[in-house]
Amino acid sequence: MSLPALDDAPRPVRPRGPATVLALPVRSVPLLRARIVPLLQGAAARIVPPLVVLALIVAAWQFLCSGPTSSLPAPTQVLNDSWELITDPFFDRGGLDKGLFWHLLASLERVIEGYAIAAVVGIGLGMLIGQSRLAMRGLDPIFQVLRTVPPLAWLPLSLAAFRDGEPSAIFVIFITAVWPVVINTAVGIRNIPQDYQNVARVLRLNAFEYATKIMVPAAAPYIFTGLKIGIGLSWLAIVAAEMLIGGTGIGFFIWDAWNSSLISDIIVALIYVGLVGFLLDRLVALIGSIVTRGTSNS
Amino acid sequence: MSTAHLSLELVGKTFTRGFATTEVLKDIDLKVGKGEFISIIGHSGCGKSTLLNIIAGLTDATTGVVLLDGAVVDAPGPDRAVVFQNHSLLPWLTVYDNVRLAVDKVFGATRSRAERHDWTLHNLELVQMGHACDKRPSEVSGGMKQRVGIARALAMEPKVLLLDEPFGALDALTRAHLQDSVMAIHQRLGNTVVMITHDVDEAVLLSDRIVMMTNGPSARIGEILEVALERPRQRLDLAADPVYLRCRQAVLKFLYERHRYVEAA
Repeated sequence: MSLPALDDAPRPVRPRGPATVLALPVRSVPLLRARIVPLLQGAAARIVPPLVVLALIVAAWQFLCSGPTSSLPAPTQVLNDSWELITDPFFDRGGLDKGLFWHLLASLERVIEGYAIAAVVGIGLGMLIGQSRLAMRGLDPIFQVLRTVPPLAWLPLSLAAFRDGEPSAIFVIFITAVWPVVINTAVGIRNIPQDYQNVARVLRLNAFEYATKIMVPAAAPYIFTGLKIGIGLSWLAIVAAEMLIGGTGIGFFIWDAWNSSLISDIIVALIYVGLVGFLLDRLVALIGSIVTRGTSNS
Repeated sequence: MSTAHLSLELVGKTFTRGFATTEVLKDIDLKVGKGEFISIIGHSGCGKSTLLNIIAGLTDATTGVVLLDGAVVDAPGPDRAVVFQNHSLLPWLTVYDNVRLAVDKVFGATRSRAERHDWTLHNLELVQMGHACDKRPSEVSGGMKQRVGIARALAMEPKVLLLDEPFGALDALTRAHLQDSVMAIHQRLGNTVVMITHDVDEAVLLSDRIVMMTNGPSARIGEILEVALERPRQRLDLAADPVYLRCRQAVLKFLYERHRYVEAA
């Protein structure tokens, strides 16, 4: 303990001048070093490895496909052939001669419609079979069989039923995305902890209060797991469905490019499909993490 | 006390699974007076939690009946609020909303919105949790969660407060602190309390009577001990109090000499 510190107090007051200003840069340099540099390092550690791998893949592709007998175009040739497609996704010369943005938009519209129906129906059915043992016994075996039917197997049947490509594609998306939503919602509801049910019983919550205050929030993480799987499957199914129904959409674009032997266009379209699918997945995951931020058990 | 506030009359519970039946509780007879603090103590597996669930109405008794103010208990309800061992707060609601949910449900028809708000805050203040209203359960400590659980139960203005090993999951210091809080609240509000515990000191410190259960299966009430200690009680003063020590020893004797937990040996 050093008490004599008080004796230092009556020192002559130093004139206030630039001396205090000079102190600032001294403090801001360590701030830059301490905060921003590690941040950049952290970002670099995550961004550099995938970039390196990507470069290696492109280099290997270039090496493998640059021979004169190669059946697939090398990256440089893809850039050459499809420069307009890559740089301007928004052109529209009427008919089917449109930029990739418009094709992707048409596909997205179908996916959103089918997926929205699947989400509503799936959560509803999932709640039913999660809540009622009788409903589960009746419906679950049928769902377990139906969910293994490949999406495209539904397409001819839906074309026969709807007599039109558009609703058939939407139906295929619906039937693809609905199963994971149903099954995960049901599991989520069956797994609601007994404690929460006891709380609801002591409070005498009615059916509506139980559904809104306990059931949906408790099952939300499971529901979003189903929704996330569902959006991925929808995007997988739409490309295949559009190849068959024709008209517009990214699937049709790829099929059309194949028929015109524009292999470079197909490669560009595949990259776009992958990126959009990735974004859709992240979007649903983001919504899920916002909605369910409080539901993790503590 | 001719008519008891809470009365268990020859309550028994038998679980049946297929052809196998297990008698967990047998002929439990207990009268609890208004404002009394009762502890039920016994080794694990003796059915004390089952007994609490029967009083709460969460489990049906196989034989016998539970009467609260003369009315048969056959379903759970807010007149018998439970503080669960693992707090059972809803993690998606804030501390305030967890209590408010109970307040809205119990007093939704009889009190105005402002009154319910004040009552929620009042109960959180009672357990010294008024500062954490907007926090979620995951953001507060285990002891704080249990405080909120107690506030939620108290806010229902129950006729009987049921505590199911409320401090079991807490560290010793937090437990002592919460025991003092519960004692102070009981002193102030005069609730009727039935508490499940396996902690001898806790039972003696808090209770008016300690109900000691024999080992299961077919557990019965082995003995009931009156704790003739003046209230308010001070933890530190009691440590050397002869009555306290005698009670403590009686419970220990019961648990470890006469009804040793065989499987744990």
